Amino acid sequence: MDPASLVTILDSALRLSIPLLAACLAGLWSERAGVVDIGLEGKMLVAAFAAAAAAHASNSAWIGLLGGIGAAIAFALVHGFASISQRGNQIVSGVAINMLAAGLTAIVGNAWYGQGGRTPPLEGPQRFGEVFLGHSALVYLALLAVPVTWFVLARTRFGLRLRAVGENPAAVDTAGISVSGLRYAAVIIGGVLCGLAGTYLAVAQSAGFLPNMTAGKGFIALAALIFAKWRAWPALGACFLFGLLDAISIRLQGIVLPVIGEVPVQAIQALPYLMTVILLAGVIGRATPPRAAGIPYVKER
Amino acid sequence: MSPAIQLTAINKRFGAVHANRDVNLSVDRASIHGIVGENGAGKSTLMSILYGFYQADSGEILVAGRPTLIRSPAHAIEAGIGMVHQHFMLVETLTVVENVMLGAEGGVLLRRGEAKVRAELARLSADYGLEIDMDAIVGDLSVGLQQRVEILKALYRGADILILDEPTAVLTPPEADALFGLLTALKHQGKTVILITHKLREIMAVTDRVSVMRRGEMVASLDTAATSPPELAELMVGRRVLLRVEKADRPPGAALLEIDGLSVVDSRGVLAVANVSLKVHAGEIVGIAGVSGNGQSELLEAIAGMRQPVLGSIRLEGREIGFSEHNPHRLRQLGLLHVPEDRLRMGLVPSFEAFESAVLGFTDDPRLGRGPLLDHGLMVKDLAAKMEHYDVRPQAPRLRTSKFSGGNQQKMVLAREIERNPRVLLVGQPTRGVDIGAIEFIHRRLIALRDSGVGILLVSVELDEIMNLSDRILTMCGGRITGERNASDATEQDLGLLMAGVNEEAA
Repeated sequence: MDPASLVTILDSALRLSIPLLAACLAGLWSERAGVVDIGLEGKMLVAAFAAAAAAHASNSAWIGLLGGIGAAIAFALVHGFASISQRGNQIVSGVAINMLAAGLTAIVGNAWYGQGGRTPPLEGPQRFGEVFLGHSALVYLALLAVPVTWFVLARTRFGLRLRAVGENPAAVDTAGISVSGLRYAAVIIGGVLCGLAGTYLAVAQSAGFLPNMTAGKGFIALAALIFAKWRAWPALGACFLFGLLDAISIRLQGIVLPVIGEVPVQAIQALPYLMTVILLAGVIGRATPPRAAGIPYVKER
Repeated sequence: MSPAIQLTAINKRFGAVHANRDVNLSVDRASIHGIVGENGAGKSTLMSILYGFYQADSGEILVAGRPTLIRSPAHAIEAGIGMVHQHFMLVETLTVVENVMLGAEGGVLLRRGEAKVRAELARLSADYGLEIDMDAIVGDLSVGLQQRVEILKALYRGADILILDEPTAVLTPPEADALFGLLTALKHQGKTVILITHKLREIMAVTDRVSVMRRGEMVASLDTAATSPPELAELMVGRRVLLRVEKADRPPGAALLEIDGLSVVDSRGVLAVANVSLKVHAGEIVGIAGVSGNGQSELLEAIAGMRQPVLGSIRLEGREIGFSEHNPHRLRQLGLLHVPEDRLRMGLVPSFEAFESAVLGFTDDPRLGRGPLLDHGLMVKDLAAKMEHYDVRPQAPRLRTSKFSGGNQQKMVLAREIERNPRVLLVGQPTRGVDIGAIEFIHRRLIALRDSGVGILLVSVELDEIMNLSDRILTMCGGRITGERNASDATEQDLGLLMAGVNEEAA
């Protein structure tokens, strides 16, 4: 492989890993605080739709970002209310978010634009353009979120409390700190990052919203989160790895292998997903999630 | 000088349960004040109110003479009250420093606060001998050291009043002695200590005053020097209780259970029991003493057929138990019965009605039905008779198992196993979470069973219980038998050292 195409592949790997990274960090915040977030996919999708719609209506990509973040936070708060205030099952709530997002974006999209669920194509100031080295501002925002996440979790009061609440909420409660407050804060930060991920998909990477355009990225982000063992810097590495697999699979399309002949497109497209299964099943070894993840906090008598 | 804490007419209801009824309590400054009572007497509720976990429905709290509203743990901390919970409130993945800081970080960034914590911890460890590795991950520390972290947490927050809830439940006797030394040192420094416990021995050893609770009410507050364990037990239960069950000497008979070179691996793949050999004779109670988590549970489970040993042999009445027979079902048929340590997880199904729980493991008994069909009428009648016999309250075979108190649940498990005429009975923690009145009953039953010629292997973390019941005592530490003593010449200090694995060469 010549150096030029290597650069192309790495470049496209970065591009493809950004939505994974933002969603993965969203999951990291939520789960480190003890709220399992299987609804990353749904929040990303609803953010993508809201961002595209807002960008189209306002003629501004940045307003689109605000719209995307707003929609994702709204969905995050639904999840928060169900799993923090109402102490519901976090998996069920997350699945509900995903289903709601898939249905709602399709129906509202069709009602508003009548284009089979798509938003009208975005152009000019409605999209995020390249600002540096051929990448948009959102790429740098997502990358910046990695050190910020690490610093806040490791070095600040808020981060210490947040880590503690994901491990043993009773310890936080007896220290006189609100468990619910911390968990809501974490879930909202997760909403902001999912908003970023969704906006990137619809307003930077593509030119508009397509039904179900997240295509499982939220779940791959969850896989990357486990692969990274719920830590920020490894999350960057894991997401880049998944982005790279995606980039390679695009590059491999139409390739002719000896003996086998032309490899079917579907087989190559399945590669990143297949790798996900293999990585999660064997390669990473023991990944211990935050101890209180998934368990609603109830004061004991 | 006004008392450190004064509670007046505290009331608290949880639904139909009146957990605290007009409770008054006065705790002198710079004293150690014990609070005793049976499970459900309202001790924990009272302390939770004092620490701001719950709000009292009515009543007043005075801290150092001033009426104080304590609406959350944050208010309690502000008022100088610290609490060491029975189940530690620690974050196991964080370091000691981080745990101590949590909630008292002293700024948005951790760095400044961390320096302060380190300096303060160094001072505290110098003042009280509370040495600790500040950078250790809390989950890696021993239980005794984790408790130390809890105490340091409270002291770092400037606690003048320290509440300890059942602090010795998880400690070895030497660790408990060290704790009491510390509490006395704190008292001399002017701190006030409230000690909740059900061990009367500890009350007598360290407290200045003691208050007794029964069924939500404060029934007495006494000077410790002017009272005695029997008096306290009577106040707790409301009737006379024998703390020590009498038993006659009895020469043991033939060996019924012989364990040779048994090794067991636990669920994490770690060797939990290493090369254990022991014998239980007819008419003998053999007690295994040890701090929780030293292989006793795995040993008991392996003998009962719930776990396959990796090495070693088990003989029952001289007959080698082969692999195909080593399961709880077959062993029960052979006369080896088992009262498991954790009645709610292994002994009963909490959501079953009592008569259903009462036949677990014996559903193929022809007396309970015909073929695959069970006769509910017979089962209910059978349990009703046992309930009468074992004084289970309420006598309601159709009540859900979880609705019975711990003591009554335990009596039902005992009844189920004992009434099947065991040759050997394995008993794990027979009185954990059981009230003092029921303890007396259970101990009497076990002694009666021993007198009838049954061999009993008893595992308990309560050293008193082991010393009280056993004819012979084995100590376990780190999966190995570290010593053997005749009950008649065993002392607590001696056993404590053996349980801690010291003094092994003398074993």
